[in-house]
Amino acid sequence: MKKGIYRMNKMQKALAELSEMDELAARRSPVHTLHPAAKLLTTIVYILVTLSFDKYDLSGIVPMVLWPVLMFTISGVNVRTCFYKLRIVLPLVMAVGLFNPFFDKEIMVSIGGIGVSGGVISMITLMLKGVFCLMASFLLMATTKIDSLCAALRKLHVPAMLVSLLQLTYRYVGVMTEELAVMTEAYHLRAPGQKGIHISAWGSFLGQLLLRSMDRAQELFSSMMLRGYHEHFHYADIDRFRARDALFMAGCILFFVLLRYGNIAQLIGGLVVY
Amino acid sequence: MHMADALLAPAVAATMYAASATAAGVSIHKLKKDDEPSKLPVMAVTSALVFAGQMINYTIPGTGSSGHMCGGMMLSALLGPYAGFLSMIVILAIQCLFFADGGLMALGANCWNMAFYGCFVGYFLIWRPIMNGKWFGEGKSAERARIIAASIIGCIITLQLGAFSVVLETSLSGITELPFGAFCALMQPIHLAIGLVEGLITAAVLVFVHDSRPELLSGVELSEGESAKRSLKTVVAILAVVALVVGGGLSLMASSNPDGLEWALFGNADGGYSTNMGLDEENFGVESSAAEKAGSIQEKTSFLPDYAFPGSESAAGTTVSGIVGSAIVAGAAILICFVGGFFRKRKVRTE
Repeated sequence: MKKGIYRMNKMQKALAELSEMDELAARRSPVHTLHPAAKLLTTIVYILVTLSFDKYDLSGIVPMVLWPVLMFTISGVNVRTCFYKLRIVLPLVMAVGLFNPFFDKEIMVSIGGIGVSGGVISMITLMLKGVFCLMASFLLMATTKIDSLCAALRKLHVPAMLVSLLQLTYRYVGVMTEELAVMTEAYHLRAPGQKGIHISAWGSFLGQLLLRSMDRAQELFSSMMLRGYHEHFHYADIDRFRARDALFMAGCILFFVLLRYGNIAQLIGGLVVY
Repeated sequence: MHMADALLAPAVAATMYAASATAAGVSIHKLKKDDEPSKLPVMAVTSALVFAGQMINYTIPGTGSSGHMCGGMMLSALLGPYAGFLSMIVILAIQCLFFADGGLMALGANCWNMAFYGCFVGYFLIWRPIMNGKWFGEGKSAERARIIAASIIGCIITLQLGAFSVVLETSLSGITELPFGAFCALMQPIHLAIGLVEGLITAAVLVFVHDSRPELLSGVELSEGESAKRSLKTVVAILAVVALVVGGGLSLMASSNPDGLEWALFGNADGGYSTNMGLDEENFGVESSAAEKAGSIQEKTSFLPDYAFPGSESAAGTTVSGIVGSAIVAGAAILICFVGGFFRKRKVRTE
């Protein structure tokens, strides 16, 4: 976009991202209909298995890509949306990993006469770990509504207070972000050419909204009480944990264990290269 | 300071989960004992506000760059340490689930690094003792000064602790080949600056709340008699002086390596923007994909931005001349900042 044309501010971008995730989660596919607890637990196991690979085990970790790819295909979720979020994860991982080639210069593999050092291999492994973990958690949120996830968390005995707080905060994140987006927009329209909030308004900008929000919270509580709120919320009705959910979990975990202890990449490579 | 999943070994991630879960358990227990059902909506609305507030760019006078807040100290000052900790957990969870900021397995570590220190250490060891102490004497203005002092000291110390934990966790996970000392030398100084800015923002908001509705602050004994008239002028004046110092400190780091990729992209990519002289990627309007990528790198990896590199050099053994040279450059930077940056800021902008 060129200068002068309307640009979304940070908060509007965040709102767009939130609603995109909500829309993705509201779709229907075989993955969407799985029990949220099954998806959550499988995702956690996947991430743990991915993280457990040795830092030099590049050939071992590569086949781990199969599960997210398969799930993306079945759920019909676009990979591009997921990779957009890589802009946050990858730089962070890269920043740490980039030092490895400088400190670990011992040649580990030689490809066509060019030596590849251990540092390069551990850097690539680290990057792949970052990408795979992101894909897994993105898949979870792109196929599960926040209400269902909260219900699953309750089923897994996460304290009611924390789950209620998560649900209520999520509800208000949209409201607050929108309000601040409007305030920021208004501020910048009245202070053109100024990049951020001027120091004279540091306290009052957020403070005004904070005071209003505190009053709003009281009203919210009153309305909750009027509707019969008592200690915790009633969660979205989620289906019972069925045989197919158990089968999905067991199958996936077995697959991860297989990938972890049997080097599929070497096996396949061994068939081709002798 | 959000850690990604990839930076943690499963054992470290699990340990941090256990630690954070214990702190969360204690918090829930304490809150249940207090039995204040109205606290939940207040916590939810405040954490939603802090979540959104983290996206605000605050201009740091004299530098052209902008600061952000994280909110741990602010939440514990408003809600108390236990409710503040739970609110921070929820904020971090939403960031990790919907924005890929952090990671599902790294959530435990992130809660510890950013919420535990900010809420518990910040509240019990810094906020409460200072607020209930006799610093700066009696009266409304002394209370204001105490809020400013507690916020700044609290944010700096808790961010230092958080940054050190990130280094410790990453090193224990065996992820990086970077020596422990060098990693520390990269992380700690940059978080000193971040902590200062965060402290100033927190102070500004809390002073505003204190002036308008002092009963909202946690652990503060209300002083009777004086009217709650809001006069931000003195506070702003104090803030401006401290901000000047911060500004000097920040530009010291920025100008140690002014010809980096970042500078080239953000400072010179567009003639109209070059006058901004800063690193505020959000508002530069450079819409090339490279600029966007570098912008996100600069922002999201705030623990390893390019201006932290001199630290690693010194750890690797820089010569004395290098140190002296850096000091001269830093002195010049502060001077330029004071003379050219701060006082002529508006003039430069309108050109």
